[in-house]
Amino acid sequence: MEIIEMLYKLLPLVQGFIYPNEIELHWGLLIVLYPYITGLVAGAFILASLARVFNVSEVKPTYRLSLLTALAFLLVATLPLLAHLGHPERAFEIFFTPKLDSAMAMFGFVYAWYLMAVLLLEIWFDYRADFVMWSKTERGLKKWFYKILTLGVNNISAGALELDEKIGRAITVIGIPSAFLLHGYVGFIFGSVKANPWWSTPLMPIIFLMSAMVSGIAAVMLIYMVTQWLRRKIIDMKCLDTIGLYLFNIFVIDFSLEMLDLIHRIYEAEESFDIISLMMRSNLFWTQFVGQILVGTLVPISLLGISFFFSAKPGARKKLYFISSILTLLGIFAMRWNVVVGGQLFSKSFLGFTTYKLNLIGAEAYIAAAIAVLPLFILAALLYLLPPWEEENR
Amino acid sequence: MADMNNLSRREFLGLSLKSIMALMALGFPKKLLAMTGLDGYKMEEHLWGYGIDVDKCIGCGRCVDACKVENNVPDEPFFFRTWVERYAERKGEKVEVDSPNGGRDGFPDLKNKKELVKSFFVPKICNHCEHPPCVQVCPVGATYKSPDGVVLVDPGYCIGCRYCIQACPYGARYLHPKKHVADKCTFCYQRITKGLEPACVQACPTKTRIFGNLKDGNSPINKFIKAKKVLVLKPDLGTRPKIFYSGIDKEVR
Ligand code: SF4
Ligand code: SF4
Repeated sequence: MEIIEMLYKLLPLVQGFIYPNEIELHWGLLIVLYPYITGLVAGAFILASLARVFNVSEVKPTYRLSLLTALAFLLVATLPLLAHLGHPERAFEIFFTPKLDSAMAMFGFVYAWYLMAVLLLEIWFDYRADFVMWSKTERGLKKWFYKILTLGVNNISAGALELDEKIGRAITVIGIPSAFLLHGYVGFIFGSVKANPWWSTPLMPIIFLMSAMVSGIAAVMLIYMVTQWLRRKIIDMKCLDTIGLYLFNIFVIDFSLEMLDLIHRIYEAEESFDIISLMMRSNLFWTQFVGQILVGTLVPISLLGISFFFSAKPGARKKLYFISSILTLLGIFAMRWNVVVGGQLFSKSFLGFTTYKLNLIGAEAYIAAAIAVLPLFILAALLYLLPPWEEENR
Repeated sequence: MADMNNLSRREFLGLSLKSIMALMALGFPKKLLAMTGLDGYKMEEHLWGYGIDVDKCIGCGRCVDACKVENNVPDEPFFFRTWVERYAERKGEKVEVDSPNGGRDGFPDLKNKKELVKSFFVPKICNHCEHPPCVQVCPVGATYKSPDGVVLVDPGYCIGCRYCIQACPYGARYLHPKKHVADKCTFCYQRITKGLEPACVQACPTKTRIFGNLKDGNSPINKFIKAKKVLVLKPDLGTRPKIFYSGIDKEVR
């Protein structure tokens, strides 16, 4: 059996003492991916909502793009969870016979609510007028596709459009707390595990939420730049600057919260502190200190800061934004890794460590890679079918 | 309308009877009988508890072996319903802990014994917590606490999400490598409901492990708790373990 072979290879790598059942690290790469993907969804959606609810007209060009990005990632958000279950065929028990005080049980409902009641509805109301138009101008299969999407509502009089706008706005207003709920809740799944001192903190949902916004905004920024380049269109610098400023501000808040958590741990120095500080200095040094904090946070924050305070030229700003958004996405991934994997490296006896080696996990690595690139294909398809570009539509 | 209602109710009753009979034919009622206490076991009269007298343990590992055999626990050294840890304290050094193969084959001799201050063995099992975090987190209720205080997993229901393994502060759970469901100590439920002791208790040659009904004032476990000063593991987490230790040292978690 693959798993037992792997465990025999891990056995000699154990450091110190761990409970014998702890050699297997139970939540691996797939579960790292899960909060990463839901975070991108929540973040992208919140960026879209800014444009709509708070009337931030600068970020309008990315409004629809953000919604489609959120949808593309939301559609795959449950896959990593499903793939890691011992019995995926029983997954629907979570819906049919949920245990209401389990943090995980509620995820299904929060997810369904967010997908059906918020995101799909908002996209539909926003695109409805276009569906009607495209169903008239397009030909063949595409024509029928849009016809079906109109759901038979063909009225595009000024009054009807105004109503669309009103309903869309109302959905966004409900959507913002829903997006907060979706991801804050993912943080709660970890933050409420009192057995694990690395996870157990009431700050966890807030930190997850902030980092979700950071990653979602960075993702939309990157996708916007790349799609404009691919389509040989001009990048709207006002839009990019505004997004960059949001990214900078929220990133600073996120980083402060994470440091607050760290300082709190160091100052309180509870029973688990020895093993946790040893872990941060050794096992997590590269992924946390270097990957997450240095390269994934301080560098992008500084680059963004430079572009604002030294009012760099547009060409230079674009480059700075481009690099910062990539580093940010890597940094938040490292953060998810350090939370999920880091929390399982040390023994709950606080006397030793197990290891997690990507080259030993076998099929899980390929499944995770496939799930990670899938949203990009979905997004490409969405962009083709529901072009979000302003200049062509309006 | 009234007729229709009656008809459907009659039909429904018939169907229910038929399904109950089908279930009976499948051998289901045995379990059901055991649970309702119809075969002599009265669940509501029991609350199971367990004591460990650390000073008596010699680290022979017979309990670990007996458990693996009785409960078909996978043989490999990564899956244990019970295991034994050895603590060794040397002058001026940190305590050294080991549990090779869960202590199943006993323990190798300790090195440089001259420096040794003290050493002792600590058997571990699921604490059958009164407030079990594993039960709290299970998204489908596959892990549950039965009225007699035993924390069990329903292998036909568990989806293998492993949340309970994360939530257990004591490392008492593992994912069964073939069944892909969570597994852990059951106090040998198949034995205790027939009036037998758990396999580990029976196998222990030194009476380190004590078992009994907390609701019965004269049970071995109640005598043990009265005679000794007992502790539970990680009391600060509020899990309220029902495994009571006598003679553990500050390093044991
Ligand atoms: S010891 Fe662990 S598995 Fe056993 S009841 Fe407590 S939390 Fe659950
Ligand atoms: S692994 Fe099984 S028993 Fe454990 S929490 Fe998940 S569904 Fe419940």
